Amino acid sequence: MATTKRKTAGETGVASPSPQVLLRYYRDMLMIRRFEERAGQMYGMGLIGGFCHLYIGQEAVVVGVQAALEEGDTVVTSYRDHGQMLAAGMDPNGVLAELTGRRGGYSKGKGGSMHMFSREKNFFGGHGIVGAQVPIGTGLAFAHGYRANSRVSITFFGDGAANQGQVYESFNMASLWRLPVVYVIENNKYGMGTSVERASATIDLYTRGGAHGIPGKPVDGMDVLAVRAAADEAVAHARAGKGPYILEMKTYRYRGHSMSDPAKYRAKEELDRMRQERDPIDRVGKLLIEGGVVDEAGLKKIDKEVRDIVLAAAEFAQNSAEPDQSELHTDALIET
Amino acid sequence: MQRPIEVLMPAMSPTMKEGKLSRWLKNAGDKVKPGDVLAEIETDKATMELEAADEGTLAEILVAAGTEGVKVNTPIARLATGAAATAPTAAASRPEFPPAPPATAKALFSPSPGRPVLQAPPAAVPNVPGETAMLTVREALRDAMAEEMRRDPNVFLMGEEVAEYQGAYKVSQGLLEEFGKKRVVDTPITEMGFAGLGVGAAFAGLRPIVEFMTFNFAMQAIDQIINSAAKTRYMSGGQMDCPIVFRGPNGAASRVAAQHSQCFASWYAHCPGLKVVAPYSAADAKGLLKSAIRDPNPVIFLEHEMLYGQSFDVPTGPEHLVPIGKARIARAGAHVTIAAFSLMVGTALKAAEQLVAEGIDAEIIDLRSLRPLDTATIVASVKKTNRLVTIEEGWPFAGIGAELAALMMEQAFDDLDAPVTRLTGVDVPMPYAANLEKLALPQVEQIVAAAKAVCYRR
Repeated sequence: MATTKRKTAGETGVASPSPQVLLRYYRDMLMIRRFEERAGQMYGMGLIGGFCHLYIGQEAVVVGVQAALEEGDTVVTSYRDHGQMLAAGMDPNGVLAELTGRRGGYSKGKGGSMHMFSREKNFFGGHGIVGAQVPIGTGLAFAHGYRANSRVSITFFGDGAANQGQVYESFNMASLWRLPVVYVIENNKYGMGTSVERASATIDLYTRGGAHGIPGKPVDGMDVLAVRAAADEAVAHARAGKGPYILEMKTYRYRGHSMSDPAKYRAKEELDRMRQERDPIDRVGKLLIEGGVVDEAGLKKIDKEVRDIVLAAAEFAQNSAEPDQSELHTDALIET
Repeated sequence: MQRPIEVLMPAMSPTMKEGKLSRWLKNAGDKVKPGDVLAEIETDKATMELEAADEGTLAEILVAAGTEGVKVNTPIARLATGAAATAPTAAASRPEFPPAPPATAKALFSPSPGRPVLQAPPAAVPNVPGETAMLTVREALRDAMAEEMRRDPNVFLMGEEVAEYQGAYKVSQGLLEEFGKKRVVDTPITEMGFAGLGVGAAFAGLRPIVEFMTFNFAMQAIDQIINSAAKTRYMSGGQMDCPIVFRGPNGAASRVAAQHSQCFASWYAHCPGLKVVAPYSAADAKGLLKSAIRDPNPVIFLEHEMLYGQSFDVPTGPEHLVPIGKARIARAGAHVTIAAFSLMVGTALKAAEQLVAEGIDAEIIDLRSLRPLDTATIVASVKKTNRLVTIEEGWPFAGIGAELAALMMEQAFDDLDAPVTRLTGVDVPMPYAANLEKLALPQVEQIVAAAKAVCYRR
């Protein structure tokens, strides 16, 4: 899974992608799904501590957006970050070992679920404070502009963060200075237990940049092809020096906000309907079968491969040792 | 005819004590009405216009154009008023900040900037040992930034009014002209936003200097400073660096009351993942700021408005670096150690002069760096003097003095001949009234009394 998801030069056919591309989307989304299911199970077994926010249901968003990026583009997100890291090409072993707080984790066991990073994959976290990643992502865009390197910053945040003041401070500066940033709002309908309708005076979050002159677009976040097409447009806009762009991904999380959330604030029927009718992985699976790319057995084979990778990661995450006690004092500052 | 009205030298800012009368725009004999500009007054921060507050005739000019060092409230002219003149008042004063030129910032990184972004550095100025020049703290800070910006193209300055306005306190004077708008960036008034933006830019490998107009406003941004800048390196297992400097005036200025007068030293010094410095002299301001900009970690750089205009000898040359984490013996002495930082070092030095008359030879330690703290220097001094008095503008509870007292308990207990004495700001929000404000801050007499007390003198 360490292969890059980034767009390769000359890749075409976004609306009707090649079988290979469709298979890749399927596999990448399934990887996130199986990984998160395993993480949830390991949390229940007490192997993972603290807060743990699963990405199940939202897989199409990150897989579609990542597919629109080029090498060197940067990504930053909130604490619902495991799927983001897998889609950025980070090693499932390192992600899961961080969840278990082991030395083989991306942050050597010091960050946990919400705080992981990969300079190599241009993934800048993993931030635990709602909305705080938005100025940071805007600063990554500032650095791209400063260096005139044609890179784009992708800054993910949720519908909950969309009401934080610093988001609008960021919008203002990004538009004022025409920074190359795409703000991707993952609207999964609930900021923890509060629905968008109960929290937001206006619920069309893609219009939230209007006061700052930032174009925005609603996107079916359960459809990876729609996500990819919208991301292509937004990224091209930012890369061309036209400034920021907002994409509101209408998505859904199947699980609670975190592991301790039974999600009693929404009707079971709502969840069932989303799973049965809108599931992003089933949708691509159906396209693959209808298009004659694979049959049921073929999908099962992919599932088996993915499960094996996740099982190996789980094995690694449990066998990796806890950090050495001497690690308590390292990494706070660079020694000078 | 009423008696002529005296036009007085106005105070143009809370901290202004004197200024230059640059030129008169009216001559003796001219008729003036309220709102007419009489003269231009120059302070170390800005040039301001003095307007007439009354109608009449400019009868006499008392202070000639070009006179420097005119004290606030000195009569500078006489205005003869007619019978219908309004009640006499002193000179009009103006708001502290006149409107800046309209912002034209757009597309900060447009491909065709108006001026070259990088200039060739000037011919190298060698460090001549012992060679110094008199500089204000304000100039020293500006020089430190300019030198580091010449040295490293990744260094840039951002904040409110840093560019076109030349700095709210004129610290960034001339930087826009030399480095251009890409590297000297006027921000909107949006502390949390631009602090976080700076953190993101630092994560990406740039070296931002983020100026807060004062540290009071940094409270809006403190989540980004602590949670994002200070903690990310640890949380990432050492992967993510955040080479950023947050700088600006800290502590009590003068008569600006509670929301604009407080010391954040102990707030930031409390937090792992940060370095915190608070220089007193211009030499240390320059050398420490240069070190802070070169430091790969986030540094909180606490300045003091009351020091900006003070002059000190500063070593010349672009490699004058003061290491972070080292205190300085500002005055060697034998009988009592007085530890202070920032403005309070000056107050402590004044107290030391008075203590000489009492036969007490005080050692003054300028802490300079609060995190890391140079505990070894303090302990060595206390082992010699056996007494410690700590001075700070901040509040007593869990303050820097409290930390120093605890450290002495742990590391110099057997050497103490008297309990450690803390002099701090009084445990109230800063009052506005002049007498109350003075009472709220450590004064020379209190330091003298505290030093005498720990020496068991009356």
